[in-house]
Amino acid sequence: MQKPKNIIEKIWEKHVVHREDGKPDLLYIDLHLVHEVTSPQAFEGLRMNSRKVRRPDLTFATMDHNVPTRERHIIKDLISKTQMDTLKQNCSDFGITLADIDHPENGIVHVIGPELGLTQPGKTIVCGDSHTSTHGAFGALAFGIGTSEVEHVLATQTLWQARPKTLNVKVNGQLGKGVAAKDLILAIIGKYGVRFGTGFVIEFTGEAIRGLSMEERMTVCNMSIEAGARAGLITPDETTIEYLRGRRFVPQGEEFEKAADSWRALASDQGASYDAVIEIEAEEIAPQVTWGTNPGMCLPVTSFVPNPESAAKESEKDEIRRALEYMGLEAGQPISSIEIDHVFIGSCTNSRISDLRNAAEVIQGRKVHPGVRALVVPGSASVKAEAEKEGLDVIFKEAGFEWRDAGCSMCLAMNDDFVPPGGRCASTSNRNFEGRQGNGARTHLVSPEMAAAAAIEGRFTDVRQFSQAVLNS
Amino acid sequence: MQPIRIHKGLVYPLNRANIDTDQIIPKQFLKRIERQGFGQFLFYHWRFKDDGSLREDFNLNDPKFKGASILVAGENFGCGSSREHAPWALQDYGFNIVIAPSFADIFKNNCVKNGILSVQLTDEQVQEIVNRAEQDSYQLTVNLEEQRIYDNQGFEASFDISPYSKEMLLNGWDDIAITLNIEDKIREFETAQH
Ligand code: SF4
Repeated sequence: MQKPKNIIEKIWEKHVVHREDGKPDLLYIDLHLVHEVTSPQAFEGLRMNSRKVRRPDLTFATMDHNVPTRERHIIKDLISKTQMDTLKQNCSDFGITLADIDHPENGIVHVIGPELGLTQPGKTIVCGDSHTSTHGAFGALAFGIGTSEVEHVLATQTLWQARPKTLNVKVNGQLGKGVAAKDLILAIIGKYGVRFGTGFVIEFTGEAIRGLSMEERMTVCNMSIEAGARAGLITPDETTIEYLRGRRFVPQGEEFEKAADSWRALASDQGASYDAVIEIEAEEIAPQVTWGTNPGMCLPVTSFVPNPESAAKESEKDEIRRALEYMGLEAGQPISSIEIDHVFIGSCTNSRISDLRNAAEVIQGRKVHPGVRALVVPGSASVKAEAEKEGLDVIFKEAGFEWRDAGCSMCLAMNDDFVPPGGRCASTSNRNFEGRQGNGARTHLVSPEMAAAAAIEGRFTDVRQFSQAVLNS
Repeated sequence: MQPIRIHKGLVYPLNRANIDTDQIIPKQFLKRIERQGFGQFLFYHWRFKDDGSLREDFNLNDPKFKGASILVAGENFGCGSSREHAPWALQDYGFNIVIAPSFADIFKNNCVKNGILSVQLTDEQVQEIVNRAEQDSYQLTVNLEEQRIYDNQGFEASFDISPYSKEMLLNGWDDIAITLNIEDKIREFETAQH
């Protein structure tokens, strides 16, 4: 009998084009997503060497990183405009489909891939963007690559990749009420740090994972890269199949049923092993807030900003000290005493329709705290359209939120949405690095529900009690 | 790409862990469409104040590190964004070798593609190099062929590198050309799929 394989090994083996001792494997790539920031130099490289795009039909492009999220056609930043024009030109020269800025399918690359059904179980998916791990939610092997690799995939539809180690992150039990998928992944990174996934592809398993919707699974896989992992994935099941049914790029009718059967067969074999295993209890997880300058610096909303002196190693003390200084926080201060002046609901982590619904539910009938600037930036044009159909935009606007067009926006502040120096933001994005949301900006990562509650209160508050209070009032 | 065989250079110590690519090159400089010219923006917010003047408390601005070509840093160097602008900025500034106890996966791959050698050493070895480089002008020699790194005061360490990365770096190869040499295999794979 054959050795039982886990899903990661199964997908990998199916994509090996060439294998030679002492070399990485040459892997075939089924879907290549492209955006404006990490592609110009790759296309330039093709031109310089008179090379073509091997499979334009397996390549799909969008603009997201520096598109304006209001007055979409007035691009004041000329260098941004050049980058967007360059992508347009490259797509037309090389025959690649582009969801341009005013296309109804435009949006953040990791939001539209799944939405359109381009993302499918068992595929190898790459993009010049580290959060490509998002697509793993469908049981695809999806990972971020650099620009030279983008060029390599464009030219050859393959990549040289060393075989990764596999890690099973098993989440037992069920998440409590008011505890989001975002809290789950933040809590894991908070506990094990920002390096535990380095060199691994993660498979998330367990009852809590099975209980998540597709959009929640995307939030979890999105942040696998923040644990250092190359990719994170979840075995496809009926939730996956029902999500994909009828989407534009999936097979239709009988063909779909055939495809669905092949997706079910991807599940890890009985007795399959992993290079490492981690187990977590979902019940123990509370809503999380990051207090420092990487996603691992993260604690339950009910706890206190750490004291550098309590760290074991001198280097850790230094790291905490530097983070507290940058963040303008005092050791020992309750997380719930941190006052914010910005709220950002958006990004490829948390800008999908269910994220907006959850946030809207918290703010319904309430007002944004005086002095807080709050933004909602839907992940795609179609998320925006759906939200408007459901009237969510009205709830947000009446509460005092700005309602924007789709894009990356304040997640990395490459367009003109940014947090000013010293400003403090409750953000549903995935990185709280120094300066990420603007030079000198201070970022606290939270779930959409927690961001919504912070917008109302002007400080962090436990959304589990907050929603209860709303219900009782 | 320039091959790397034996490199001797001045060491610059940046004794911090988890240095992410947002710090190596902040996003406002990613809008260019060329590969060149990113060195001036390296560690931008650590090197410069808001008014554009130099921050004296950041050690890369210390004249004694002028001309350094070997950067030594803490664990998990290059984590975060996949932006290849990070190795482009390092190289354009003059760094050809980066030493750390560990590197983020994507960053490490991006280095190889650009002819930058990332050398993984133990915590203790890195700390020793940092200490020496912080004290005075400190030179290291890296011999990629022999996978050895040493100074002229008795420090010596060997390091691991995958045979493939080593071959690419030693020869300064463009891997697209290598792949296209076995294009028939790709074609076969595609035919078998459909
Ligand atoms: S939303 Fe943020 S993390 Fe996601 S692709 Fe855009 S910039 Fe990157």
